[in-house]
Amino acid sequence: MDDKIRADRVTRFIETLNQARELGLSVIETTEFSLTLCLPYSDRIIGNPDTGVIHGGAITTLMDTTSGSVMLGAMDVFELCPTLDLRVDYMRPAEPRKPVYARAEVYKMTRNIIFTRCEAYQEGGETVANCVGTFMRIGPDALPKAYREKITGGPV
Amino acid sequence: MTDPEILRYTRDTGDFSRLITSIPYASFIGLQCDQFGDDLIFRLPAKDQNLGNPILPSIHGGVIGGFMELSAAIYLMLAQETIRMPRIVNFSLDYLRAGLDRETYAECQLTRQGNRVANVMITAWQKSRSKPISTARAHFLLED
Repeated sequence: MDDKIRADRVTRFIETLNQARELGLSVIETTEFSLTLCLPYSDRIIGNPDTGVIHGGAITTLMDTTSGSVMLGAMDVFELCPTLDLRVDYMRPAEPRKPVYARAEVYKMTRNIIFTRCEAYQEGGETVANCVGTFMRIGPDALPKAYREKITGGPV
Repeated sequence: MTDPEILRYTRDTGDFSRLITSIPYASFIGLQCDQFGDDLIFRLPAKDQNLGNPILPSIHGGVIGGFMELSAAIYLMLAQETIRMPRIVNFSLDYLRAGLDRETYAECQLTRQGNRVANVMITAWQKSRSKPISTARAHFLLED
């Protein structure tokens, strides 16, 4: 599987997540063990109306989506991996009117559990938040075949 | 962050509509709050746009996190004697059950209030309070 196939799979996957579509999340870069997604700025997700800073919840969703999709690059057959837990540390408020990026990596993958870490940042490289997460592997059979094929882009 | 006048109004009347309207993200996910005596119950009515997994279907984990995080911030704002704006430092979230496509509830508890930092526990549930879908812990920095 090359990075183009990986990016297409992640794009198709996040397009099935209503909230990811609502936020306008898009794929920037995919490798076997890493994934970068982009959250565009929007007035609708502001948490602090005085400053225009977006709410932490939108960043949590960005990081949960990125961390929960990064494993697609490492799996031949698509599996949906529910989040077990997330720990988010906020370093600084995201600068208004600029997109926020999240880059996640898988640092350990076992038969049952996937361990991820993720950094949210903006142009210029300043870290907005860090996140570590664990995800459960429920196996490909937990999903209907049609949905798996939709994400994979062909028969599985 | 939030206008002190709106906070005072909310505290005096128990009407959360102005406070919620003043925070765009609250309307984005559809957060609601009801007061019962001194207790606050936060509500997240079912909403298509909040879904993640389309097969179950279930609410996106990030939305559940955002809902709990915002609930904790509002709870803390109203729990303060003086008007102080909480700023979130970190957030630790355990997902216990899938959040199905139905109304979700959350309640908060102030575990420890120091001079500058507050520790808040948040529990979210759907069908039964005794079967939480998620529990979380947040630290907030309080600034004058």
